[in-house]
Amino acid sequence: MSNSGIGKTSIGRKVVMALSGLFLLVFLLQHLIINFLSVINPDAFNAASQFMGTNPFVQFLAQPILIAGVLVHFAMGVILTIKNKKARPVAYVVDNQAANSSWVSRNMIITGIMIFLFLVIHMGQFWIHEISLKFFGEQSWDKVGFVKGTEDFRYWAELHKTMGDPINASLYTLAFIFLGLHLAHGFASTFQSVGFRDKKYTPGLEKFGKAYSVLVPLLFIVIAWFHVITE
Amino acid sequence: MNLTLKVWRQLNAKEAGKVETYNVKDISPDSSFLEMLDILNEQLINSDIEPVAFDHDCREGICGMCSLYINGEAHGPDRKVTTCQLHMRMFKDGDTITIEPFRSAGFPVVKDLVVDRSAFDRIQQAGGYVSVNTSGNTQDANAIPIPKADADKAFDAATCIGCGACVATCKNGSAMLFVSAKVSQFSLLPQGQVEKDRRVLNMVDQMDSEGFGNCTNTGACEVECPKGISLDNIARMNRDFLSASILSKDK
Repeated sequence: MSNSGIGKTSIGRKVVMALSGLFLLVFLLQHLIINFLSVINPDAFNAASQFMGTNPFVQFLAQPILIAGVLVHFAMGVILTIKNKKARPVAYVVDNQAANSSWVSRNMIITGIMIFLFLVIHMGQFWIHEISLKFFGEQSWDKVGFVKGTEDFRYWAELHKTMGDPINASLYTLAFIFLGLHLAHGFASTFQSVGFRDKKYTPGLEKFGKAYSVLVPLLFIVIAWFHVITE
Repeated sequence: MNLTLKVWRQLNAKEAGKVETYNVKDISPDSSFLEMLDILNEQLINSDIEPVAFDHDCREGICGMCSLYINGEAHGPDRKVTTCQLHMRMFKDGDTITIEPFRSAGFPVVKDLVVDRSAFDRIQQAGGYVSVNTSGNTQDANAIPIPKADADKAFDAATCIGCGACVATCKNGSAMLFVSAKVSQFSLLPQGQVEKDRRVLNMVDQMDSEGFGNCTNTGACEVECPKGISLDNIARMNRDFLSASILSKDK
């Protein structure tokens, strides 16, 4: 082997894509569970938000890993797409790709870019606000979750206000449809990329992946519209 | 059958190619696709036009020489057949058929529909073999018992004829299905174990340097493969490559 390092091989890049994707799949589930608390129990949602927002382990270890995970997954996706375009310098005049592969599997870069654009908006709406309060605000960390000058948590109220806007909820709905399409291929694909394929387990895993790609985005959408309806 | 053919014409690898339109008449539905092209070429020769260059050899689906991207699919619309086994009854009278070469940075066009697939030979030479001591005491291969399931899987992988349809159909121009079949056919057998790590590392390295793209698991290759080579082989190669990259002394 010409020893260029595993990360520079085609299979190495696949594995980076798969492992970062798998990590984001797990993160998504955690995000969903906390968001769902906002529907069933605002107090529990506030407590969970306060924990996630002020726990040093979450803030200084998990959060940077998550940001790195998103950036690596996105950057590798772009790099792979550019390399793959170069692998066919002259395009087919007629190319009937629909005959042998699904739309979602062929358009991961499109659904991926849409999700990334949504993330930029999403971070602007929630994350930048939190970071500026925590690191550049006047309140100490134990008070940062309160509405200024009170002992009332602000998390649920802020979420309710932002998500209660039907335009915002519509934007989130659209983004989660793209996420669902991305996961419809991505979930099972991660396992294939790391070499896990088995006659007994793979069909079940693929079904679970399809269910995950429908249910998780759907629940996020339900949560968004819950806040519109109850606003 | 009367057909309109849109055929890719290209003088050599350096010149840009273009589509030319030809009409052929009275084609029998029972003729093969290549026989139809033979008729076209006779017609072109009689009209003092340079005949269309295309690859073919055995014309019975085992040599892997014929190629062609027909109406947007490698080896045409039929499944588990090569172009030479494709028959004109798959088309209708009056159809327009677009015929292009297999397109990939790893398969430069030689002329018209002929592409240079020697990249596959170089990948094979990088490790797609089992070294044998030929000093006179070579062991009979059948002396080593092999579980039936493993022998079957190895044989299935070995049915790959190296035609390149997987590369041609992959939206990324990836050669993973071919390489994984050639890796698997040996790594599944006891005779292939000694060189298992070195084989997968060297063959993947050669594959990457030939300009093929990266697999994104669309599964198009498996569908278009005339021999039905399974994606199981790609998963096996991913596994073998990962463990060899991390654990092997050959890395």
